[in-house]
Amino acid sequence: MMIFNPDPSSVRQMPTLAPDWPGGFWWHWLLFTVIIIAFVLLLVMGYIWLERRAMGRMQARLGPNRAGPFGLLQPVADALKVMLKEDIVPVNADKIVHLLAPIIAFAPVLIIFAVVPFANGALLADLNIGIVFVVAISSISTLGVFMAGWGSSNKYSLLGAMRNVASVVSYEIPVVLSIAGVVLITGSLSMNQIVLAQEIPFILLQPLGFLIFFIGGCAEINRSPFDLLEADSEIVAGFHTEYSGMKFAMFYLVEYAEALVISALITTLFLGGWRGPILPPWLWFLVKVMVVFFVMVWTRTTLPRVRIDQLMALAWKFLFPLALLNLFITGIEILAWPTAIAWLIPVNIAVMVILVLLWSKLFKLGWGRVEV
Amino acid sequence: MLINYGYIGLFILAAIAFTIVMLLLPAIFRLVGINPRKPNPIKNATYECGMETIGRSWVQFNFRYYFYALMFIALDVMVVFIYPWAAELRKLGYFGLMAVLIFVFVVVVGYLYAWRKRVLEWK
Repeated sequence: MMIFNPDPSSVRQMPTLAPDWPGGFWWHWLLFTVIIIAFVLLLVMGYIWLERRAMGRMQARLGPNRAGPFGLLQPVADALKVMLKEDIVPVNADKIVHLLAPIIAFAPVLIIFAVVPFANGALLADLNIGIVFVVAISSISTLGVFMAGWGSSNKYSLLGAMRNVASVVSYEIPVVLSIAGVVLITGSLSMNQIVLAQEIPFILLQPLGFLIFFIGGCAEINRSPFDLLEADSEIVAGFHTEYSGMKFAMFYLVEYAEALVISALITTLFLGGWRGPILPPWLWFLVKVMVVFFVMVWTRTTLPRVRIDQLMALAWKFLFPLALLNLFITGIEILAWPTAIAWLIPVNIAVMVILVLLWSKLFKLGWGRVEV
Repeated sequence: MLINYGYIGLFILAAIAFTIVMLLLPAIFRLVGINPRKPNPIKNATYECGMETIGRSWVQFNFRYYFYALMFIALDVMVVFIYPWAAELRKLGYFGLMAVLIFVFVVVVGYLYAWRKRVLEWK
C-alpha cells in the first residue's frame, strides 16, 4: 500500500508519456487532438440525451423517444436543426464582441482535456503542473460568457452575465482549496500521478473535499440548483438571450462540455480515474464520467433553484471555512500518520459529518444568518 | 518536459481553429443558399419580452459583487501560495505547516473582519 508515498520522485520515473509512435511528436499530437475533440462532441451528445431521458423519467414523463431507438438520435437532430437556423445579430449589439464570445467560451473548455488521462499515460501532455493548468484555464470561459452578456446590449443578458461572474468568483476558492487537499495526499500536481496514487479512491480519504468540489463545481458551471444566470423566470434566458443559430449552439455545447469537464475532474481527482478491475481503463473512465453526470442530473431534478443571496452565502460562509479546515486537517493527518491510510477513512468521514452538522447548526443559531 | 508545452500550444491553436470552423459552417451554408437571411427591424431589435427597449444597457448601475471581487483577489493570491506548499508538504514537515498556518491566519483575520462588517451579505 503506497498511498502516502514518502518520496514522490520515485514515482516520477515511471513512463508517463505515450510510447514513441512512428513519427513521434506529430502523430501523438494528431491522435490525441482527434480523440479529444471526438470525445467531447460525442459525450456532449450523450449527456444531452442522458439528461433529457433521465429528467423525463424522474418527472414521470417519457422524454424524447421518436428520433432513433430510445430517442438516441435526438441530439443529432437538434444539432442539424440549429445549424440550419438564421443567424440574428441585434442592431444595438457590439458585433465583434458578440461574435468573439462563443469562441472564447468554448476553446478553453476543450483545452482542459489536454491534461485529463484516459488511461495510464494516455493523455495529450502530462504536465507536471497539470491540475494548476486546469484551474487556470477553466476560468477563462467566464470571460466568454461575460462578453456575450455585455456584447448583446440587452439588460437581461448583462444581468445574467454579472450573476455568472459573481458566482464563479465566489465558488472558485472553495473548489481550488478542495483540490489542494487531494494534492496534499498525492504530493504531486500531475494528473497522471494523482490517478496513480489512488490505491483507495480519494472520495474515501477526502469525503469533505469531494462534497465541496461537487457543490462548487455544479455552481461554477451553473447546473440547476445554482443556474441563476439563466433563471428563465427572472431574466428570459440570461446571457444567451440574443443568440441564435450556430452561436447559440456553441453556448449550449459549452454548458454540457463544462459539465463534462467537472465530471472528468471528479473522476480523476476523487474516483480513481481510469483505475478499476476487469474492464479496460478507458471504459472505466467513461462509466465513471457517466455516473457522475447522472448524479448531477439527479440533484438538478431534486433541488429547487436557490436565491442569489443564498448562493453567495453558501460559498462564503459555508464552503470556504469548511474547505480551509479540511485542508489543514488533511495536512496534519499526513504529517502525523504518513503510513496508516486505512485508519484515515473512518476518521475523515466522521470529521466530515461532524463539521457539516456543526456548521449548519451555527447557521441555525443566527450566526451570519442572511436577512431577507 | 518542455515538449509537453509544445503539445499544449499546438492544441490551443487546434481548439481555436475548430471553434472558428464550427462558427463558419452556417456562413458557408448561407452562401450556398441553405440558411435563410431575411432581416427586418423588428427581428433585429433587442428582445425584452415584447416591450420596446428604453435606453441602452451600457449604463452605470450598482451591482453588488464589488466587495466579493476584492475578497476574491485576496483569497485567490493566498490559494496560489498554498499549491506549491501542498505538493511538497512531506519534505517541509511541521515547520512548513506552521508557516502556512500563520500566513493563512493573517488572511482569515481579514475575512472575519469582512464577515463582521456584513460585506458577505448580498443586499
